[in-house]
Amino acid sequence: MKVLVWTSLFIIFSIYTYLVYSQCDQKDTTTTQPNAAARAGFNTWQQKNCQTCHQLYGLGGYMGPDLTNIASDPVKNEAYIRAFITTGTAKMPNFHLQDAEINNIIAFLRWVDKSGRNIVPKEKVTLSGNYNLDH
Amino acid sequence: MHQFIRLHIVASLLLLIATLVFGLLASWAFLFPETYNQYLPFYQLRPFHVSAALFWIISGASACVMHFKNDAFGYSNQNKTLEKLYITTWIGTIIAIFACYALKKFGGREYWEFPPVLCLPLLISWLLLMGSYFLPWFKSAANQPMYVWMWSTGLLFFLLTFLEQNLWQIPWFRQSYLREVTIQWKANGSSVGAWNQILYGTSLYLMVKISGNEKIARGYPAFFFYILGLSNLMFNWGHHVYNLPASSWIRNTSYLISMTEWVFFIRMVQGFKNTLDDRRRYKNLIPYRYLIASEFWVFLNLLLALLMSVPAINRYTHGTHFTVAHAMGTTIGINTMILLSGFSYMLGIDKIKDKAKKIIGTQYWICQYSLGVFWFSLIAAGFIKGYMVTFQGNTNFQEVMAYVSKALTVSSIAGAGLLISLGTIAVVYIRQAVTMVVREQ
Ligand code: HEM
Ligand code: HEM
Repeated sequence: MKVLVWTSLFIIFSIYTYLVYSQCDQKDTTTTQPNAAARAGFNTWQQKNCQTCHQLYGLGGYMGPDLTNIASDPVKNEAYIRAFITTGTAKMPNFHLQDAEINNIIAFLRWVDKSGRNIVPKEKVTLSGNYNLDH
Repeated sequence: MHQFIRLHIVASLLLLIATLVFGLLASWAFLFPETYNQYLPFYQLRPFHVSAALFWIISGASACVMHFKNDAFGYSNQNKTLEKLYITTWIGTIIAIFACYALKKFGGREYWEFPPVLCLPLLISWLLLMGSYFLPWFKSAANQPMYVWMWSTGLLFFLLTFLEQNLWQIPWFRQSYLREVTIQWKANGSSVGAWNQILYGTSLYLMVKISGNEKIARGYPAFFFYILGLSNLMFNWGHHVYNLPASSWIRNTSYLISMTEWVFFIRMVQGFKNTLDDRRRYKNLIPYRYLIASEFWVFLNLLLALLMSVPAINRYTHGTHFTVAHAMGTTIGINTMILLSGFSYMLGIDKIKDKAKKIIGTQYWICQYSLGVFWFSLIAAGFIKGYMVTFQGNTNFQEVMAYVSKALTVSSIAGAGLLISLGTIAVVYIRQAVTMVVREQ
């Protein structure tokens, strides 16, 4: 009996996993794929360990701000982002990146920005305490 | 106990000390980046700290399983070679990982921040550990107590989540950012569940040994709670990615499954009187005292976790130090306490000299109080950010952090208390383990 319950649960888990992999992104992923620059930028983002201070979708370390939607920020334009990465600040180190690497990181952040908004607006909270983020 | 397991305990305790030292340094680097960025920046200290913490827990848990399983499966049924190979590859890889951090070579995945090639030796060593466990497991009697189920589940699911955690290296998984993040946190979330299975199994084993009551690990009530825990391991990870505009059914499933944890909470409240009775009976036993501490921290952290698992509340807590309070509250208050209980039992801490026992007794309380201040100040830091950003809509990061830093200064001071107390306990335990090794030679 115990083995039966366990096996059934494991089968449900396997199907669920398959569904998560194949359907978690509702958008047509053939049109939202990253270009070569964004892919390279993603690798640089990882190699320089940016996520240990910055969050994307609220996930990562907490020392620096969340960067999910920095690329579409109404105030902070590309020059602003570039200046931060190029020279660093008193709080953020200068990683001495090449221009090409900086361009790639910006392309990566643009791609992330297009995937959605980090902040859930108040109107999207339903009575059951859940979100309704369907379009 | 075998000598190599004792040495593995020593290695795990050294990782605990490393966690504490890097944690305190990281908290200073967070508060004073201008100074630390020149020598030891936060982006180096945090990986050192978080990886040491994770490896402390997983190495410690494996030491407990390697030793306690002999009691469950019989001493004749063991494979020492596989265990020794596991320990050597595992610890060797951890040293290589720290060397990479020292050289600023990163792989940039949350918790697994080292270059991905090092996942390979970690995988091999985990398979060796599984081999050493499952070979005697196959030969053992049917109808094993629930703690054996939990150890087996933890070992298996750690493997599955570890593999899943590395899927990003296949390009298809990176074609969509939402897919990439969802799967990363599916793996991370369930991985926490996997090591918790090993640790809660160990805690149940210790409770059986201390009370002499096998019944608590048998029968359908125990099985029910095991299945509830397993379902949460499999399906509740979605609370990490509530704010992601991914398919809603992932969020709905996770919200629903997370709420079943209220059952654990209610059971704790109901069992409170029994816990008090047991406490009176066993309060002189050191392993038992750590178990009581872990129960206390389960109570507080579960309440916080249940609240954070409601999306409407998660809107305020996500991306703030609420998450850090929960993460460290659980890994220190629950995981570390259970490990220290297991180590006390294995090393026979109840039989050491009175003077050393007295030191442990005092440090135990310093640790609990420091953790209390640490936990509440991190919650305060989270509250400030959640209130200013989500409630007031403040988008000035520096202004928000100026307030948050005040609370973090308090947690840094409390963190020093944790370093002193847990550090002293670790040193006493290391001495005990080493003395036992030397005496046997
Ligand atoms: C056994 C002891 C400890 C364990 C197991 C532990 C575990 C952890 C874990 C799992 C994280 C990741 C949190 C997350 O990503 O949400 C973390 C982060 C952190 N811990 Fe600890 N920790 C311990 C002790 C300490 C101490 C004593 C300090 C010193 C004050 C400290 C300071 C920090 C800091 C500054 C972070 C980074 C938070 C951020 O991203 O901003 N830890 N720790
Ligand atoms: C001993 C048990 C547990 C441990 C060791 C643990 C560990 C963690 C860690 C390390 C994180 C940080 C993730 C990050 O860095 O972003 C986390 C987040 C979280 N956990 Fe747990 N957890 C435990 C139990 C639970 C339970 C039982 C629940 C639900 C009932 C839960 C709900 C959450 C939630 C809601 C988050 C925050 C997600 C977010 O908003 O980012 N945890 N946990």
